Amino acid sequence: MSSSQNLVKELTCVRCPLGCKVKIEYTEELEVLNVSGNKCPRGREYAIQEISDPHRILVTSVKVKKGKYLLASVKTTDAIPLRLFDEAMKIIEKLEIEAPVKRGDIIIKNFLETGTDLIVTRSVERL
Amino acid sequence: MKYKTDVVVIGGGAAGMAAAYRAKKEGVDVILLERDEDTGGVLNQCIHNGFGLQYFRKDLTGPEFKEYAKERLEDIEILFGTYVLEVRKDRTIVFVDKRGIHEIETKALVMATGARERHFNSLPVPGKRITGVFTAGLAQRFINLENLKPGSKAVILGSGDIGLIMARRLTLEGIKVEAVLEIMPYPGGLERNVQQCLKDFDIPLYLSHTVTAIEGDRRLEKVIAAQVDYKWDPIPGTEKEFEVDTLITSVGLIPQTKPVDFVETDPGFLVSNTNQTSEDWIFAAGNCTVIFDLVDYVAKEGEKAGKYAALYARGEYKKGKKVKVRKGDNIGIVHPVYIDPTQESTLYIRVSRVFDRASIKVLPLDVEVIEDEARPPEMIVVKLKPFDENIDEIEVMADELISKLG
Ligand code: SF4
Repeated sequence: MSSSQNLVKELTCVRCPLGCKVKIEYTEELEVLNVSGNKCPRGREYAIQEISDPHRILVTSVKVKKGKYLLASVKTTDAIPLRLFDEAMKIIEKLEIEAPVKRGDIIIKNFLETGTDLIVTRSVERL
Repeated sequence: MKYKTDVVVIGGGAAGMAAAYRAKKEGVDVILLERDEDTGGVLNQCIHNGFGLQYFRKDLTGPEFKEYAKERLEDIEILFGTYVLEVRKDRTIVFVDKRGIHEIETKALVMATGARERHFNSLPVPGKRITGVFTAGLAQRFINLENLKPGSKAVILGSGDIGLIMARRLTLEGIKVEAVLEIMPYPGGLERNVQQCLKDFDIPLYLSHTVTAIEGDRRLEKVIAAQVDYKWDPIPGTEKEFEVDTLITSVGLIPQTKPVDFVETDPGFLVSNTNQTSEDWIFAAGNCTVIFDLVDYVAKEGEKAGKYAALYARGEYKKGKKVKVRKGDNIGIVHPVYIDPTQESTLYIRVSRVFDRASIKVLPLDVEVIEDEARPPEMIVVKLKPFDENIDEIEVMADELISKLG
């Protein structure tokens, strides 16, 4: 029997630019009953994660010493929990790396124990 | 100095890089002219991810997209720090750089000059022109490239993608975003950006709202906003005040078509499905033709322009018949505006209102595409095969699809 306690959430999947409208029905105990509207399996995963612990890729930049630019943009290699963003930004704010750096260079391995790395997304030559 | 080549590409952003790469691949000589010291254009400052899924099949940030695209330009002559003064009808391009003034004699040209931002000063808002008002692109440049903080508390006017992305960026940088205001009754950017840039950080979005005044002595102190009616007139009594030192505007992009001024524009270059303009030898692609949602589309268009420009330079592509593409019911934008029916085409369409389920038809061709939740900000892409050359005009229209069961 379906109880009246079931929850429904309509989400926009952000895993790719198609931005599917995904509908997830679940119980208060976070038991998933139905997922619809996703054009691919990643949308299902996304919706399930979204009701318990939303994850996002963090993109920002870090200071660079002796580089052609003052900043190098960085990102986490995969989505990390949104609730860690504040803590992550506090760490990144204090970082300073030295040029040259190349796209893909790892700055912090296993960032905040999330299993993802913080990597450089822009190569910066040394001045 | 005098140069001679087959194809010149003006602009080294996403469209220009793709055009140069593709033209070279067709086996012709290419010169790419870039105003900056590096290629990439606005990609350099767009450090967020979400680029490249369709074009490189990877989720990339702007700088990564640029580096992937640039790696393919190794054997192409790129002249950096160049400013094009004139494009002449006799197929000469005149440009200036540190060394002086130069001329290039070319067979074909690809314009990939992108767009510029509409400025706050172009809006009818009373108030002094004080410090603290920035376009979203400029604020993005300050924060992401120059390590400058534009302010400490902000309101963003316009919910296009750049505005949304800047709301998140400012928040991460410790700048409090009090509100995003949107004059339309729906968000101007992609749904995914509303989610991950506003909802994720509890930033309020006020739809059908605009800025009615700004106050401050030398630096911005207050932004006054109000709700608007369907004619966009502010509704008295709905005013809200925000005590902020920064107003970021994201109120639209304008295609950049200079210095070419002798081909058809409205306001961007009007092109065909082969990216040819009204001047046979001039091709154009990317945001200088129409404002695209995704850099992936811009790069694909750039490649196409590069390909046809190369074929043209080799004498293998001429201007054929041009079939006019007409905007029918509920269509805001359709790009391109002409089709050479002997070639394949990609139509980029924006509907003019919100649909639950839109049926997009291309008449008299037998083409229908169903699109769930079609909204004006999201481009719908429709591919067309070559078709009957006796057709004089095609029309694109959109209709609400009413479920037969409902
Ligand atoms: S469900 Fe799949 S196709 Fe749809 S937005 Fe998510 S990742 Fe993209």
